[in-house]
Amino acid sequence: MSAIIQVKNVSKSYWRNSLEIPVLNNLSLEVQEGEFLGLMGPSGSGKTTLLNLIAGIDRPSDGELTVAGTDIAKLSESALAKWRSSHIGFVFQFYNLIPVLTAYENVELPLLLTSFSKAERKQRVETALTIVGLGDRMSHYPKQLSGGQEQRVAIARAIVTDPVILVADEPTGDLDKKSAQEILILMDRLNKEFKKTIVMVTHDPHAAEKASRQLHLEKGDLVGV
Amino acid sequence: MAIPFKYTIRSFMNRKLTTIITIAGIGLVVFVFAAVLMMAYGVEKTLVSTGSPDNIKVVRKSSQGEISSIIEGETVNLLKTLPHIATTADGKPIMSGEPCVIINLEIRSGGMSNISVRGVSQEVNLLRPQVKITEGRMFNPSMRELIAGKAVNKKFAGADIGSKVKFAGDYWTVVGIYEDNGSGFESEMWGDANQLLGAFNRGSAVSSVTLKLDDMNNFEKFKRAMAADKRFLQYEAMTEQRFFEMQSEFLAIFIRILGTFITIIFSFGATIGATITMYAAVANRTIEIGTMRSLGFSRRSILTVFMAESMLIAMIGAGGGLLLASLLQFFSISTLNWNSFSDLTFSFALNPSIIISCLIFAVFMGLLGGFLPAARAARLNIVTALRG
Ligand SMILES: Nc1ncnc2c1ncn2[C@@H]1O[C@H](COP(=O)(O)OP(=O)(O)OP(=O)(O)O)[C@@H](O)[C@H]1O
Ligand SMILES: [Mg+2]
Repeated sequence: MSAIIQVKNVSKSYWRNSLEIPVLNNLSLEVQEGEFLGLMGPSGSGKTTLLNLIAGIDRPSDGELTVAGTDIAKLSESALAKWRSSHIGFVFQFYNLIPVLTAYENVELPLLLTSFSKAERKQRVETALTIVGLGDRMSHYPKQLSGGQEQRVAIARAIVTDPVILVADEPTGDLDKKSAQEILILMDRLNKEFKKTIVMVTHDPHAAEKASRQLHLEKGDLVGV
Repeated sequence: MAIPFKYTIRSFMNRKLTTIITIAGIGLVVFVFAAVLMMAYGVEKTLVSTGSPDNIKVVRKSSQGEISSIIEGETVNLLKTLPHIATTADGKPIMSGEPCVIINLEIRSGGMSNISVRGVSQEVNLLRPQVKITEGRMFNPSMRELIAGKAVNKKFAGADIGSKVKFAGDYWTVVGIYEDNGSGFESEMWGDANQLLGAFNRGSAVSSVTLKLDDMNNFEKFKRAMAADKRFLQYEAMTEQRFFEMQSEFLAIFIRILGTFITIIFSFGATIGATITMYAAVANRTIEIGTMRSLGFSRRSILTVFMAESMLIAMIGAGGGLLLASLLQFFSISTLNWNSFSDLTFSFALNPSIIISCLIFAVFMGLLGGFLPAARAARLNIVTALRG
């Protein structure tokens, strides 16, 4: 079986004032289905950039990118948006919940892009929030929740469409030790119990230990596999 | 499915102060616009209700108003010979040869203004039965007496019962107050036609002749009979209503053009205000936009969300402005009507087409104000937006 994420000779540069800033240099990487990959490295090494490419919210300057069987570098913008909504679950460092929506409504948001009926959506939202242990906080607004709870709502939002891949950019970076531990346990469970392939960027070596494999980025190159 | 509308509503209520100021700005513009249209419509409504569609008015051709129209006494007598004029029980034609003069009166709150004094014949109650004396009595045709319209009585000093008005070298006593459902007649004073002609040394030349036909269906025949006689060459007949409607045209158009001009200038301010508010909304929610785009929402959805928010601001503003403007209906104002050179009192009047015009105007401000910020939001690059 071929890898669920295939990054082949991918380069990425940003342009600032007609000055090229190379971030990733001819990088190749494979992630197998069901893997929990921990991506580490110093600040500015290109971790977020690589994650964004895999998640299809950014495009490589060069190289091939096959994720979940699709050559995503070739998709049109609208096709890519549709692809993201059904294949990728996002977890951000600062949770990125919509402040004016309740926990329930935040989790329901990605389902509005599907054809599920209202009743089906309700069932899925409730299931997702129950998995993250917040079945009793559905009508709370983000500001009524703790950071750890907010991140769990965000995880519920990431899994509610049942995507094959979860990408998490420093999901514990803004949390205290205890909340961070809970999030890591949850991620581990999503990987083992729900068979999600996870790519997680982290600065925390303790967090990286949860991963089944660790990679280090150094100035745009992968080192020490 | 798109981003739910509740997102728009709640986000919009999140920034109370700037949003309220923006709504107030748009509301003010809509209020001014509505007020101007209501004013122009009020003038039209007042003057249209002045004339009856069942009366015929004969004036000199292409005269702007009654002041510039003259009909000699011989012509008035000649008119009596035309067919289809209704008659009283004792066989007199129902016809009122009316001299119209302008006098200067002192306004109660200070200053002077013109009002029209209309000389009417004994048959006037047959021509205008809706005019009712509400205080005092009808003038005595052999005395220098006047009755004053309600609006004149209200606005001008010396138009109370018992007051004496001096003009044409004589004193005229006000003996009654009349009403006519707020029509332009209420902005006039009436006296006996012959008394006025004598006082002004006008011989027998009146300004206009108002008459009743035996049947309005005979109006065409009446006009044809008039056209057949060369002596009527300089005169034309129309319904009294049409005549007064024409009296409103200049003033109404003037108010509309001036008002629209002012409103458009105001609306630049309000639209720029909406644009600034919406730019701030986009800037505050950049990360939200990036997040929604990551989840798979399209650029179009983002555009729609912010356009909807801008439209919501505009519509609430329009609603408020219209609500406030609708209260103006309880006020009446007066101004000089340039067709008659005399003061006209009228009320602000609202109609569905004014409401629709205001809503269209507000939609326009909302679309215009929201477009640039919404387009910026939609164009944001996802990665850049997520970085905040
Ligand atoms: N949109 C962008 N435009 C220009 N330069 C960018 C952009 N995004 C990232 N960069 C640059 O690319 C480099 C890598 O950034 P990236 O965010 O991938 O690093 P990172 O490894 O995630 O760092 P951190 O640990 O601080 O999050 C940095 O030098 C950054 O300044
Ligand atoms: Mg990063």
